[in-house]
Amino acid sequence: MSGTYLGMPAFPEAAATATANGRLRANLTHATHTIRDKRAAAVGELTDWAALRAAGAAVKDRTLRHLDHYLTQAEEAVTAAGGTVHWAADAREANRIVTRLVRETGEREVVKVKSMATQEIGLNAALAGAGVRAYETDLAELIVQLGDDLPSHILVPAIHRNRQEIREIFTERMADWGRPAPVGLSDRPGELAEAARLHLREKFLRAKVGISGANFLVAETGTLVVVESEGNGRMCVTLPETLISVVGIEKVVPTWRDLEVYLQLLPRSSTAERMNPYTSTWTGTTDSDGPRAFHLVLLDNGRTDALADTVGRQALRCIRCSACLNVCPVYERAGGHAYGSAYPGPIGAILTPQLRGTTSEVDASLPYASSLCGACYEVCPVAIDIPEVLVHLRERVVQGGPATVRGQRTRLKPAKGHAAERAAMRAARWALDRPGVLRAGQRVAARTRRLHPGRLPGPGRAWTDTREVPAVPAESFRDWWRRTGGREDR
Amino acid sequence: MSSRDLVLGRIRRALADVPLTEEPADVHVPRDYLSTHAPADATEMLAEHLADYRALVHRTDAAGLPGLVADLLAARGAQTVVVPPGLPPEWLAAADAARVADAAETTARELDAVDSVVTGCALAIAETGTIVLDGSPDQGRRRITLVPDHHICVVRVPEQVVDSVPQALPRLAPARPLTWISGPSATSDIELSRVEGVHGPRTLEVVLLRG
Amino acid sequence: MRVALFVTCINDTLYPRTGRAVVSLLRRLGVEAEFPEAQSCCGQPQFNTGYRWETEPLVRRFAAAFAGFDYVVTPSGSCAAMVRDNYPRIGAKAAAEGRGEELTRAAEAVVPRTLELTEFLVDVLGVTDVGAYYPHRVTYHPTCHGLRMLGLGTKPKRLLDAVAGLDLVELPGAQECCGFGGTFSVKNAAVSAAMGADKARHIMGTGAQAVCTVDNSCQLHIGGTLARLGSPVRPVHLAEILASTDKEQW
Repeated sequence: MSGTYLGMPAFPEAAATATANGRLRANLTHATHTIRDKRAAAVGELTDWAALRAAGAAVKDRTLRHLDHYLTQAEEAVTAAGGTVHWAADAREANRIVTRLVRETGEREVVKVKSMATQEIGLNAALAGAGVRAYETDLAELIVQLGDDLPSHILVPAIHRNRQEIREIFTERMADWGRPAPVGLSDRPGELAEAARLHLREKFLRAKVGISGANFLVAETGTLVVVESEGNGRMCVTLPETLISVVGIEKVVPTWRDLEVYLQLLPRSSTAERMNPYTSTWTGTTDSDGPRAFHLVLLDNGRTDALADTVGRQALRCIRCSACLNVCPVYERAGGHAYGSAYPGPIGAILTPQLRGTTSEVDASLPYASSLCGACYEVCPVAIDIPEVLVHLRERVVQGGPATVRGQRTRLKPAKGHAAERAAMRAARWALDRPGVLRAGQRVAARTRRLHPGRLPGPGRAWTDTREVPAVPAESFRDWWRRTGGREDR
Repeated sequence: MSSRDLVLGRIRRALADVPLTEEPADVHVPRDYLSTHAPADATEMLAEHLADYRALVHRTDAAGLPGLVADLLAARGAQTVVVPPGLPPEWLAAADAARVADAAETTARELDAVDSVVTGCALAIAETGTIVLDGSPDQGRRRITLVPDHHICVVRVPEQVVDSVPQALPRLAPARPLTWISGPSATSDIELSRVEGVHGPRTLEVVLLRG
Repeated sequence: MRVALFVTCINDTLYPRTGRAVVSLLRRLGVEAEFPEAQSCCGQPQFNTGYRWETEPLVRRFAAAFAGFDYVVTPSGSCAAMVRDNYPRIGAKAAAEGRGEELTRAAEAVVPRTLELTEFLVDVLGVTDVGAYYPHRVTYHPTCHGLRMLGLGTKPKRLLDAVAGLDLVELPGAQECCGFGGTFSVKNAAVSAAMGADKARHIMGTGAQAVCTVDNSCQLHIGGTLARLGSPVRPVHLAEILASTDKEQW
């Protein structure tokens, strides 16, 4: 890994490599299984979970169907409370705005709260290009940054690292970024957390500019909400003089009251806690408490393309809890990097191809990165039917059709590389739509059944490398029925 | 065209399927979830849930409070304690630690040298084991409960305790900066197992003050 | 009550015994199932791979083949879920593309009448004890579409619990997908195989003689993996267990 998702191979190749990596598999299995049972217990505590989930989905649907209304309402409220609102159509523009705002303060460094939006737009690299050093302050983001690595999970970006690896990274790399790791650092999680505390303390205390995302933006009040555990978020939104928040346009919720739904759904789905240790809310600026300047950057970057798709739109309900990753058997084995995006796992497989399009090889392969087992939909706190959207996007890949790309309505051509499959699907449909042909095929297979090889050539090898081919029976059901009229028992 | 107009224009085109006559309120939001899960004793549940996430819970009455706070500070070896401007003076009447005022000009670095902080709270939520600070005079600026490593928070029970998140929100003012605290700072970033103690106060003591 | 058997293309071609077990079982319970020969495939492989247009003729065929029956019973959770969840979507999308309501009507005609076998037994016939005898140690793998899309819940297990002689052993990680996923098993063969290997390991760890499911498509994967690993555990469809009696074993 070297700090960029660009040029990643398609999912199947990356996943095959990851699946063969024993240590990675062990790390992911351990972590995801730990959280799965805890989540189930935390959710099980609330007898009205299904009703909360329905409300969570409905509030987001209301918001999305009237997004222009709520965004302008939020803009007005934030401005009235002393904040400044900026609009960014894409990643470049968002990076340009943030870079300019930082430079205007005269500062050369910023402290950052973990934020998916800034990860998505590659803000750190853009700031570095302008001579500004961005310090990640979330423990897992710190591990990733120090290790010159990429995030592989929404909530725990360093989930692919175990405690021994983290100890190594801290010991070897902390000195390059500031205070070195304590001498004799062990791999006990408590000691590793302490090392991060000491390393980052200096940066928090001198920071003049903080950069965050937000979990929610309340339209009626202009309030931003950041949900976190470590206190690094509080440090970044409280101590600096200037605070810049980059927030996806889908993060808006209509009312203050609506938070009662999400502040119950999110922590239990995410870290399996009744409530996360810290939640900060702020509305513009407050006299003599916290930053004197507050900038809100509203980010589109493909979200309106997803919004234009009436099936795919539901992906914008996502509150980034990561329950779908933790429960996904494919994610557990492939790891987050195989998804080639800041958004891995099932939600990434439906979000990334909508935000970036389906033209690159990796993006076109993402909708297929699922066995459609449905575990993701079952745990999703805002009821995103991920399998439905996956199949919908598969259609877009192989059939093409209407889509919105960077705000422009267009008609996509079928993706390349599916010609043989398309021909096979067409042939299969032709045969299946003619039971006589189907019967003839079954009879040929039955007559030649002793000749079938155990290992198939070509695409069939993908099956027979690890699995036996079933024996073809002497007589199909159809022939048996015709012969006996269903009258013959055993 | 400004980016604002560009993005809003994209949104309006994307929502071509939404009838022009549809109002936001026309999109039904079912609110048949519970406003409370009806704990038998909210204060008891608060104490239990705070303790679950490693907050230290103490109980006392008005007469016992000054002595308890003094003991907690002394047990910690606190030499200095930051005091919000509106903290009832009697809460610290028995404490030896030197008072540090919550002043606008105090820097984060200066706060980092302070041992402890004592505050009240806006309210507490039983179901989630949460205390909420809203910057009122007995709680002070956000950073005084963030930088020192030891936070003692006094909750008046039962009057400041609500059952649930839905009961908490209407009692809080969105315009004020809020900090919701559920236990000491923690992380699940190492192998998705929770460990306490990162950047926020590593020791959170909650005093349940019976009126 | 007219009942049609939708045997599914995979059972028709590779697992005819499962179809025959359903016919035998239903006959024992007093139901003479018919087999409309115009049936073929529900279209799931095409649809789930993204070829919705190739699926549409199969939706029409399904609706025409099963017109006039009170129930369409199928020994496959996955195919039942395809009809019930996806046929209405196919209809809605065709309508949105300006191609009328024909597919929607086709879907509406079959969706409420199409039932997976255990639903038909428990919900329509109202039986859980079907008088079966199967003297083997068996573990049960709830297949994903039956479990999550149809919500079969405890129905298969209640049926198994009532089978005389059967020793049902708990499968660790039972609710985790076996890794088949149709074309997923070849498009993402490495991950699919890894999932299959873990499932097989859990199955072998139970000491069961047979692994039971309500879906032979998953059995294709589970059985193929077990066989490659040299395991003696047999994949068996629930219908074959339920059809077994002290007089004849399937």
